[in-house]
Amino acid sequence: MKTGLEHGVSLRVEGCAKTYADGTRALEPTTLDVASGETLVLLGPSGCGKTTLLRIIAGLETPDSGGRVLFDGKDLTSSPIERRNVGMVFQSYALFPNMTVAENIAYGLKIRGVAKPERAARVAELVQLTNISGLEDRRIDQLSGGQRQRVALARAVAIRPSVLLLDEPLTALDAALRERLRSELNRLLRTLGITAIYVTHDQAEAMELGDKVVVMRKGAIAQVGSPRDIYFKPADRFVAEFIGAANIIEAPIEDGRLMLAGGRQPVNGSEDLTTAVAMVRPETIRIVRSDGAALNGVVESVRFSGDRQRIVVRDVSDKPLVVDTANTIEVAVGERIGLAIAPEAIRFLPPDRR
Amino acid sequence: MRDRMIFAAQLLFTMLVAAFLVVPAGLSMTAGITVNYFRGIQSGLTLQWVVQVWELYASTILLSFVIAFGTLAVTLLAGVPAAYALYIRGGRLSRGVEEIITLPVAIPGLALALGLLLTYGGFGDFRRSWLFILVGHVIFTMPFMVRSVMAVFANVDVKTLDEGAASLGASPWRRFRDVIVPNASPGILAGSLMVVTLSLGEFNLTWMLHTPLTKTLPIGLADSYASMRLEVASAYTLIFFIMIIPLLVAMQWFGGRGGVR
Repeated sequence: MKTGLEHGVSLRVEGCAKTYADGTRALEPTTLDVASGETLVLLGPSGCGKTTLLRIIAGLETPDSGGRVLFDGKDLTSSPIERRNVGMVFQSYALFPNMTVAENIAYGLKIRGVAKPERAARVAELVQLTNISGLEDRRIDQLSGGQRQRVALARAVAIRPSVLLLDEPLTALDAALRERLRSELNRLLRTLGITAIYVTHDQAEAMELGDKVVVMRKGAIAQVGSPRDIYFKPADRFVAEFIGAANIIEAPIEDGRLMLAGGRQPVNGSEDLTTAVAMVRPETIRIVRSDGAALNGVVESVRFSGDRQRIVVRDVSDKPLVVDTANTIEVAVGERIGLAIAPEAIRFLPPDRR
Repeated sequence: MRDRMIFAAQLLFTMLVAAFLVVPAGLSMTAGITVNYFRGIQSGLTLQWVVQVWELYASTILLSFVIAFGTLAVTLLAGVPAAYALYIRGGRLSRGVEEIITLPVAIPGLALALGLLLTYGGFGDFRRSWLFILVGHVIFTMPFMVRSVMAVFANVDVKTLDEGAASLGASPWRRFRDVIVPNASPGILAGSLMVVTLSLGEFNLTWMLHTPLTKTLPIGLADSYASMRLEVASAYTLIFFIMIIPLLVAMQWFGGRGGVR
């Protein structure tokens, strides 16, 4: 859909680190590229430096010396946020309680000296786009959480920013609303074709919204890749466990087979190792008849959640194995079952650097 | 039965305490409109003492208001931006500055006045003008303005609002004008009332700083206690009450509203 709204710069963060006055290192030297129009998600647990990185890009924090932030190749490191033309959606929205919805949305345009009729037209366009028509004259404290979120988004987008920055914009909402707004946000980001940086600790949000996902840990980038890449090809154990559920198996490899307590599992092209670290996603494991199966185990628990079920199987590897399977398969606790894993579903991870 | 006894005893005690505080004030005020205080209320009521006070001390009352509103103007112009800067900047330096601003609350007014006299007493014209008292009052009331504004800043999360406005391109001054001040208005109002009330009633510091030509209301009050008949001094008290009570009520009212928001 063409809306005349397409805008967005390419972005480069170069060697940006952040050390606070008390000596805490919030961000290790980080380099990152974002293509024009791309949505990049910074994903990680709290305290991983994702918000710090966002705030450096925004201009709300200055990186330690040596770090540079470039918009379309232009060095903006020393420009404060008000001169970067960014749109920002805050976790707490930061809407101005002394202004109406329309005034909030129009504020950035007013600052830029846009004439009143043009401002009104732009506000009309944006309330339409964000589904908040009819609320223009409301005060902020008369809005629900979801409505506030939309106003914050409309306000950030109104100024046609070079980059749209979103700091956990859905975290303050309840689960059902979060899901709905997530798909709305997705549609909006695609419609606008804007360069966007999205910070979240929710991996489902990251998967759905990101063209590219940056997984962060302890102030450093753990992996950068497409949602599929980081899900199916996690770079290390941290990423594997942080993104979705993962079975991490530690076992020796002999003759191209993973030697497990519950049997021998063929793997693809790996030399013999005394301890290999392998990852298997729960949904890639199939339950088969016990006799003749490569792997055998005993059902420890069954969690039926309607659309699917999660079965925990013990005596297969060093730790109980989690299996997600179709809801029609019936197994009982204590039953002996066979498991089948396709060799290509097994991914080896580098040993931990702990 | 026992509960009611306890309640009655508590009520009686409370009433007694209240009376202990209220009766002298009431007596003082009625004295101001009694013909002869020593003969009591049966000597008749009169406004002659009030009129006399007005004739003698109108200038001190006027000066008090000039100084109070002058103090308010200065604390607003300097205190609100200072509170903004201190709050947004944060860190150890800001806390240090805040402590220094707050110090005059703890230092006796006399010591403060002495400091001012030692430092600026030599500047004759300045020493003799009411601006000298104004300076004293600004030093004394500034912490109340800064603190009450900063309290509201913390309450409405001004830091995020400031960042929000900045992200939309607003310069620090625009942010201050469009977002910070309007949203801090309950604190600014509370601080303003406090500053005016404190300035109107300030005695310690003013007593040291005043000259015969720069007397404020409380100084005049002390003067009348010392040298006039009791009825005049009481009438003066009455005038002071009439002026200060609406301010106190307004302060309570806005304070209550601020709490609800």
